[in-house]
Amino acid sequence: MTLALETRSVSRDFESRRVVDAVSLSVAAGEKVALLGHNGAGKTTLFKMILGFLKPTIGELTVDGHLPGTGTARRAVSYLPENVTFQKTLTGREIMRFYARLKRADRAQADRLLDRVGLGAARDRRVGTYSKGMRQRLGLAQALIGTPKLLLLDEPTSGLDPISRHEFYDIVAEIAGRGSAVFLSSHSLTELEAKTDRVAIMRSGKLVADAPLAKLRADAGLPIRIRVEHASGDIDEMAARLGGRRVNGRSVEILCEADRKLDRLNAIGALGAAVTDIDVTPPSLEDVYRYFSSVEDEGVSS
Amino acid sequence: MILNVLAVAGLELRLGIRNRWVVLSIAILTLFAGILTFVGSAPTGTVGVDRLTVTAASLATLSVYLVPLIALLLAFDTIAGEIDRGTLQLVLACPVSRFEVLAGKFLGHVVVLSIAIIVGYGLSGGVVAATSGNGTAGAGTFARLVLTSILLGAAFLAVGYLASALVRQTGTAAALAVGIWLIAVVLYDLGLLAALVADQDGSFSKTLFPWLLAASPGDAFRLFNLATLGDAAALTGMAGIAEALPFAPVAVLGSLAIWLVAAFSCAFLVFRRVEP
Repeated sequence: MTLALETRSVSRDFESRRVVDAVSLSVAAGEKVALLGHNGAGKTTLFKMILGFLKPTIGELTVDGHLPGTGTARRAVSYLPENVTFQKTLTGREIMRFYARLKRADRAQADRLLDRVGLGAARDRRVGTYSKGMRQRLGLAQALIGTPKLLLLDEPTSGLDPISRHEFYDIVAEIAGRGSAVFLSSHSLTELEAKTDRVAIMRSGKLVADAPLAKLRADAGLPIRIRVEHASGDIDEMAARLGGRRVNGRSVEILCEADRKLDRLNAIGALGAAVTDIDVTPPSLEDVYRYFSSVEDEGVSS
Repeated sequence: MILNVLAVAGLELRLGIRNRWVVLSIAILTLFAGILTFVGSAPTGTVGVDRLTVTAASLATLSVYLVPLIALLLAFDTIAGEIDRGTLQLVLACPVSRFEVLAGKFLGHVVVLSIAIIVGYGLSGGVVAATSGNGTAGAGTFARLVLTSILLGAAFLAVGYLASALVRQTGTAAALAVGIWLIAVVLYDLGLLAALVADQDGSFSKTLFPWLLAASPGDAFRLFNLATLGDAAALTGMAGIAEALPFAPVAVLGSLAIWLVAAFSCAFLVFRRVEP
């Protein structure tokens, strides 16, 4: 079956600077994939190539099996740009009906989508009176018109409060459940936990990771942090015995690899009553993201 | 194709109404047309020309200044503004071609402009026809004025799109539009006037001048409307102009058409390369 999105060694130069560098990735129907990267990592340029606004310098990409920008590809893809501000004097319903006409979808669907994103009550108000979250939801509703095969969302949750963000991902999951592929970009890995099937990370135009979150966590091989609180006695001696580092008069911090976690915990357990508390912190998503998006910067350039 | 053009045109018309552009243009045209009609035509009661024709002559001069200005103001934001807002990306991500987008905007704006001109001038013309006693005499001249005003506006809409497509910032596009207006309807004529004054032996005024006049859309419009006034041309200081031209007065409308087609084509070629 055709992939909703496939890029094969796609590169794009601006003047002599390579902004996207040999990126190969794919998104299948019903799959949710997040694209992460700092500002300037090449995410937006990649999106513009998927939409056919920019041509790749090298390589090729297909949307639902067709070249980007062709009529068939544009019918398959739906897009939500970052920070879209609609014409302020139009109402939400007028904007939805306009895009429904361009996408040959029926008006009833446009109205239903407004209800689905929670703008049913505000549909006849001017967009100028909408809050940022409401405008973003209108943008999402617009992107859902015509049940696209590929939903392309550029930083869709930036500026949304945590509750709106949660609702946003609920809708995204529902759309993917109906068979649409979702490809979205984001700044933050933390908010993506359990929201997407795969995470792709771009750094300076290159794709440096493309895997489910659990695998990224394992690949990063970041240490687990164990913090042991000591009842009394010689803290330095305890730090030496556990192979950790004292952080204050009563606590020792140990960094250990994931597969040695149980050994360490057993060793701590053997200390008996000398230990009053144990805190085990796995590497945070932010740590994992930082690992992929910033390491080996010195080694990679050549 | 036609559905997409109509969708875009419909949205532009709605925006024109919602942004008060339609009302504002009607108000401006009605106000100025009213002033010219009722203040300017007072002393012409006895010259034996129907007042509707006299009104048309006054309004022709008004159109040269106001219609291009209104058209440019409608047009300058149309591409640069949509890039600013991010809506151009949205529209172009839809299965709609760039030609359909530009043609739709043009259609919508022409309708906005037509409403403004027909209502604005129609009010003055209607009042004159109702009060002057010679009824609808001169109605043909008046209709010709309204139609060519719309054609003049359409040409400047296309010029405005070109300006809007050339720059990415709305502010720059606005400045460019005002500059174009200044050159097209003020500075160009001043230049021609200066050349006429400097022209000692009259060779310039006989050979090059009519062509230069016809080359400017505003002057072509004025030339056509004043030269075809018939008897009333005597009132405008343009008497005998039709005989002095090396071409038929109707031919200058070709200049307007060429401007319209050329500017729209250039705007489309530039717009095709715009990265939203």
